[in-house]
Amino acid sequence: MVRTIWGSTVGKKTVMAVSGLIMLLYLVVHMLGNLKIFFGAGEFNHYAHWLRTIGEPFMHYEWTLWLVRVVLVLAVVAHAVSAYQLSRRDIKARPQKYVHSKPRASYATRTMRWGGVILGLFILWHLLDLTTGTVHTDFQPGRPYQNVVATFSTWYGNVIYIVAMLALGLHIRHGLWSAAQTLGVGSRARDRALKAAANVLALLLTAGFIAVPVGVMTGVVS
Amino acid sequence: MKLTLRVWRQKNADAEGAMATYEVDGISPDMSFLEMLDVLNEQLILSGEDPVAFDHDCREGICGACSLVINGEAHGPERTTTCQLHMRSFKDGDTIDIEPWRAAAFPVVKDLVVDRSAFDRIIQAGGYITAPTGSAPEAHATPVPKADADYAFEHAECIGCGACVAACPNGAAMLFTSAKINHLNVLPQGAPERETRVLNMVAQMDEEGFGGCTLTGECATACPKGIPLTSITNMNKEWLRATRKAAKR
Ligand code: SF4
Ligand code: FES
Repeated sequence: MVRTIWGSTVGKKTVMAVSGLIMLLYLVVHMLGNLKIFFGAGEFNHYAHWLRTIGEPFMHYEWTLWLVRVVLVLAVVAHAVSAYQLSRRDIKARPQKYVHSKPRASYATRTMRWGGVILGLFILWHLLDLTTGTVHTDFQPGRPYQNVVATFSTWYGNVIYIVAMLALGLHIRHGLWSAAQTLGVGSRARDRALKAAANVLALLLTAGFIAVPVGVMTGVVS
Repeated sequence: MKLTLRVWRQKNADAEGAMATYEVDGISPDMSFLEMLDVLNEQLILSGEDPVAFDHDCREGICGACSLVINGEAHGPERTTTCQLHMRSFKDGDTIDIEPWRAAAFPVVKDLVVDRSAFDRIIQAGGYITAPTGSAPEAHATPVPKADADYAFEHAECIGCGACVAACPNGAAMLFTSAKINHLNVLPQGAPERETRVLNMVAQMDEEGFGGCTLTGECATACPKGIPLTSITNMNKEWLRATRKAAKR
């Protein structure tokens, strides 16, 4: 069964859909957690610490967190590898362009590809900035509130983050609806509802994530 | 009407092709697009040149032989086949670009003619029902609910023209393949081969080198028979169902 799925274009899209949905679920939780920053350093830092203690005493300190990280890494890798392989195949299947071309035709496809690359690079920067602190100018372990405020006090921190979140919104807009089609849950009757759901979720996530840098910029969070 | 045509000319499968420019005059708005090309070809023959090769057969929009990407759109600006497209859709003095279907799985044979036998092999992989033929069976022997009959018919309308592949930025054959799978899988006659049909046809589609689906929807927009994009959704569903079932055996 694994071979049938991985060896087929339809199957590989299923891998993309499922891994995408896992990441999407994580993002919803992540975004909601981020909003705690509006309730002060104490609450935010306490929440961040709690993330490491989920499941105790059954789970050891940070076990749950690492479990989530492993699942996410697997999802990202599966999503990216299938996207890369499918894109290579798609480009090969259409080697010659039309002389009279219509740009509209590949708009969604191109936004997904470039958006995906942008998001991949963003995740890397985001981890080095706020998880490991490697590229952070003033990283203080265990004090995420102060770290977030410092990042969004730089112009490039804001630019990188906001551009990436806009790319995320566009990616989810087409991706969530596409996942529904790939998994076979779309239908003519449900199509408008699905499109609306994808748009609303994309908008809420983008707005929720961007609220944090905007909060820092406007001084609501400091 | 007087028109400037820019047509893809290519001697054979291995030759390099290029766009060539021709002028045609005295075109009536009531002519079909293919009749306009007939005028061009008569002109070319009279001047001792090689006529433009293009596919056509029924010229009534039912066989799927005609093709042509006209001004970047498969079957041109109207939602119909090229043979049913009329010159009244264009204006006097227009320049019209005419190209063949472009896809790795549809190699150019000559000029505007491409080899679409990849579609035949997809059909051979499962686009049929296995039944003894002979005299027609009694029509009421196998009851089919009206809704299913309508659904099957809607998908049976696919004429295998390949406009969906030509319009797809990935050269994917998902819409064509899904049309046949939806047509047969919903009917009682198609039920015995429901799983093998979808698995084998999708496998053959991949084997032929068609691209994958990114759900841009260009195929459904280009399809002269109005095969809907949700046809692909349902094929995915059938494929997942068949894969799960095969794993259980
Ligand atoms: S699905 Fe539509 S565009 Fe594709 S081959 Fe059938 S009739 Fe032609
Ligand atoms: S020639 Fe038969 S469909 Fe156009």
